[in-house]
Amino acid sequence: MTDLDMSPGDELLELAEKQAALGEVRGGPAADPVNIPMIRHWLDAMGDANRSYLDKGVSPPAMAQVWTMPGVRRGVKDRSPVDDVLAALDAAGYTGVVATNCEQTYHRPARVGERLSAATRFSGLIGPKRTALGEGYFATWNVTWYGEGDAPVAEMMFRVLKFRPRRKSGTPAASTAPYPLRPAQNRDTAFFWEGVRQGELRIQSCADCGRLRHPPGPVCPSCRSTSRSYVVARGEGTVFSYVVHHHPPVPGRETPFVVAVVELPEGVRIVGNVVDCPPDAVGIGMELRATYRAMDDEVILPMWAPRES
Amino acid sequence: MRTLTEDQIEIGAVLPELSIDLTPTVVVSTALATMDFTPVHHDVEGARAQGSKDIFLNILTTMGLVERYVTDWTGPEAIIRRINVKLGVPAYAGDRLDFNGTVVTQDGPDYTVEVRGKVSLGDHATATVTFTLPSDETA
Repeated sequence: MTDLDMSPGDELLELAEKQAALGEVRGGPAADPVNIPMIRHWLDAMGDANRSYLDKGVSPPAMAQVWTMPGVRRGVKDRSPVDDVLAALDAAGYTGVVATNCEQTYHRPARVGERLSAATRFSGLIGPKRTALGEGYFATWNVTWYGEGDAPVAEMMFRVLKFRPRRKSGTPAASTAPYPLRPAQNRDTAFFWEGVRQGELRIQSCADCGRLRHPPGPVCPSCRSTSRSYVVARGEGTVFSYVVHHHPPVPGRETPFVVAVVELPEGVRIVGNVVDCPPDAVGIGMELRATYRAMDDEVILPMWAPRES
Repeated sequence: MRTLTEDQIEIGAVLPELSIDLTPTVVVSTALATMDFTPVHHDVEGARAQGSKDIFLNILTTMGLVERYVTDWTGPEAIIRRINVKLGVPAYAGDRLDFNGTVVTQDGPDYTVEVRGKVSLGDHATATVTFTLPSDETA
């Protein structure tokens, strides 16, 4: 059977099967070993007065996942078998996401000094289903946390519903008119737009040689690898070049507006609008920060604003 | 703080309620303590751009609060074995999260409590929590 014979739904399920067949994919070790300051901070934020964790030097069970969270500047993210499935669902229009189940089993306490690592297994895709939120697929994966030795510390089953957001019927007058210029989204670019929805500027990286590239594409121009990952950019940049667009009119936009090539400290350039300042204030070398603008009820575009504002 | 003993737990026993005011400080401090920097948990503008009415609790915090709710009642020596949460409506900043719970089963040394965390929009979390009491010699 060739790809041409397959419906998008078959393709999603086939990809899910392929990812499930990868089995457990082990991530790197946590940035920090289990430690008292992070436990104390967690207990404080939770309002948990239970001192026994600190007295015994063990992690609260529900804190298992915290140890392997990626942090703010995540750098190169661990590749997980879940990413491709979620990106394919985004590309197929199932852009909404809501977590439905989180089930954790704790096998033994993680002790202070132990460095945990997480292993992820994609365990299944079910759908399409009609749900209250719209048509969607339930994606399930399992994470197991290991410490020292082979015995797992904890495991988790996590399930999300990826759904196709319903077109709002009887849109109230206050709602924004649909923005006419929809960015093209496909499997190569879905991670980028998913990042934008989360307020992140994601830059594609080669999973083999680590080189960054933008715009996203299927093959690394440096080593020709097709393994892809991404990094989250700091969201800062400088104007490398720009134009002020006066004419012709552009649907959905008011002229004049600025289109700039922005150079990122990460080493790639990206095209975007410069906003929140008059066009004649823009110049080469101007320092910018990324900002995310809702163009209508669905489309969010990354743009650039002067850094000091 | 004392830990409950077997004779102090009956099937059907009701846990004391716990009410947590979800101030922005609670939402943000727990998101950071769980190392979750997704903007919807600390950035009001970012959350609204995504169609949420405000910032809301992250799932790692929901798990932590459910655990805390049960250990507040059992005392510190109970061992939490399992927490299964069915996630419902978001718990937004400005709302209040009310927990209630009931002991539903005992299977050997394991007790299971059903926990509900409610906010003004409905059930935020419907959970079962399984714990074991320490054996008498070590209590």
